[in-house]
Amino acid sequence: MLKIRKRNEPWKWGALVVFLGALLFSLLVSALLLEGQGKDALHGLMVLWDGSFGHLWALEGVLLKSIPLFLCSLGVAVAFRMQIWNIGAEGQFALGAIGATWMALSFPDLPGFILLPLMFIMAFVFGGLWALIPAFLKLKLRVNEIISTLMLNYIAILLIDYLVFGVWKDPSSFGFPMTPEFTAGAIVPSIGDSRVHWGLLFCAAVGIGLWAFMRFTRLGFELQASGEGARVAKYAKIRYGMLVMLVMSMSGGFAGWAGCVETSAVVNRLQPSLMVGYGYTAIVVAWLARLEPLNIAFASFLLAALRVGVENMQLELQIPAAFGVIMEGIILLTVLAGQFFLTYKLERKLKQD
Amino acid sequence: MWEFLIPLFAATVQSGTPVLYATLGEMMTEKGGVINLGVEGMMSIAALAAYWVSLTTGSPWLGFMAGGVAGMLFGALHAFVCVSCLGNQVVSGLALTIFGVGLTHFLGVPFVGLPAPGFNPFDFPLLSQIPVLGEIFFKHDMLVYVSFIIPILFWFFYKRTSLGTHMEATGEMPAAVAAAGLKPIRLRYLSVICGGFLIGLGGAYLSLAYTHLWTNGLSGGRGWIAVALVIFAFWRPGRAVVGAYLFGGVMAFQLRLQAVGTNLPSSLLLMLPYLLTILVLILSAWRGQRIDAPAALGTNIEPEG
Repeated sequence: MLKIRKRNEPWKWGALVVFLGALLFSLLVSALLLEGQGKDALHGLMVLWDGSFGHLWALEGVLLKSIPLFLCSLGVAVAFRMQIWNIGAEGQFALGAIGATWMALSFPDLPGFILLPLMFIMAFVFGGLWALIPAFLKLKLRVNEIISTLMLNYIAILLIDYLVFGVWKDPSSFGFPMTPEFTAGAIVPSIGDSRVHWGLLFCAAVGIGLWAFMRFTRLGFELQASGEGARVAKYAKIRYGMLVMLVMSMSGGFAGWAGCVETSAVVNRLQPSLMVGYGYTAIVVAWLARLEPLNIAFASFLLAALRVGVENMQLELQIPAAFGVIMEGIILLTVLAGQFFLTYKLERKLKQD
Repeated sequence: MWEFLIPLFAATVQSGTPVLYATLGEMMTEKGGVINLGVEGMMSIAALAAYWVSLTTGSPWLGFMAGGVAGMLFGALHAFVCVSCLGNQVVSGLALTIFGVGLTHFLGVPFVGLPAPGFNPFDFPLLSQIPVLGEIFFKHDMLVYVSFIIPILFWFFYKRTSLGTHMEATGEMPAAVAAAGLKPIRLRYLSVICGGFLIGLGGAYLSLAYTHLWTNGLSGGRGWIAVALVIFAFWRPGRAVVGAYLFGGVMAFQLRLQAVGTNLPSSLLLMLPYLLTILVLILSAWRGQRIDAPAALGTNIEPEG
């Protein structure tokens, strides 16, 4: 018989062991899936590895995908810290893309050093306002934010459809739903000769900025404290409602920036295929990283590598892109189950009676 | 007028049916004290399982059951993570949706577009002869008729049987259930797994009766709508029926409007069900949603020692 005992002191290496265990377990399951599809599992995983880290261009791809993931996850994590369940990064990403596109299409002749800041500001405002809707509904009408943010995701994606099929449609696109391509001033430039763009540096700045905000400002401290829940916050005389609005607008704004970066630097126009689920992967990243900014950078890199590696498998082995999503789900489920061992341990129980 | 309304109401019943199954499934899960946000993923994978079994065995009924079993398996996984391992219920449900939707897309590739045997509408003997009501309620497929009985059974189970009472109590006060010498952990597992079965049936309806075809993204947010409807229904089966048909109505209306060909762009019409979900949540919050929620909803049972 096994008995559950609470640990007297936390397991020092526990979090890392659980994380690595989850990674290993997801690889095992994906090997089984590959075998089930009649592919050689070992070869498949080699292709996955090769696609993620095997070449310089693969690494560039990974960095490219880490950028939107990092920004979305940072936003999600800020809200989760306050126990606000913002599942709406996907929609806020879409609104950011819409805001940026609006500027790019309205002022195509502006030089980059004016137009790009305008796009980023508008993306933050759009993403932030989109996130303020569920915040307002939660505070004033006690509407569950999980569902409202999710529903707004669906609405946001349809809003992109509406725009690219309608008012913003490129007349020369032969009926394809997309806006005209952005002018040079609306595109975030690449770093040197690489495919990686300056958004990477922007991410670093945002990450450090957020860390400093949390660490050194009173507002940041209040935000941390109210993570313990609305009641604790009230005891500490914290304006809970105002903090929720602040956190949600930051959260949505970061996701909006991710949408701006992707539209501007990667796709160069607004089109429905822009939406590839970064907002949902961000939830996985944020939770794996235990909501810590530095860990988020690491976890975004890792999950971006998974996405890029799966793209390689798609090309070489005709594996559907959903393969990566399955692995994300398994990693998250395993980490959740494994966290049990951080606070409890199983002991052999001797029969006493 | 009637030529437009009667088919609209009939279509309302049909498109409300999968949502009704899923809403009751989620309600059962939540009555046991567990939030399951995996509904969308469970409906997707159940739709695929049902379609696949129906295609290979030629029996839609086996397919229907397979959908239920797929839902049960996912429910068991959720229960393992949250009830046994004390994982966060919200995050586990989200992970389940990510996993389920991914798995569906992955495994569903070879089936896109192949027609499978499903359930066809037929006139229910005698009852379909009733004017107006017969036209609306009794010219459907068998699974719609099954869905008429389930809310009644659901109500009976929780109000009149001791197992139902015990299961409901684990959502209210698990400690009291344990003190009474019952096993709250086991009862929670039962709620999540049986709820998963109903959710799976809802998914099965989509591929077997709603479309007869396999396409990706068949669920289209219905799983989330079901989660919202449980709140709207104040955890009561009767109101779940009202909510599900409300949604069925909007979906049917929106489809009909598109078919007639209006000036409104289809993307705006497609937003209607999601907007309605938010509206419905606002309306239910107005009346004080927390009053009727199971008291221990979302909290895990800590082990002793």
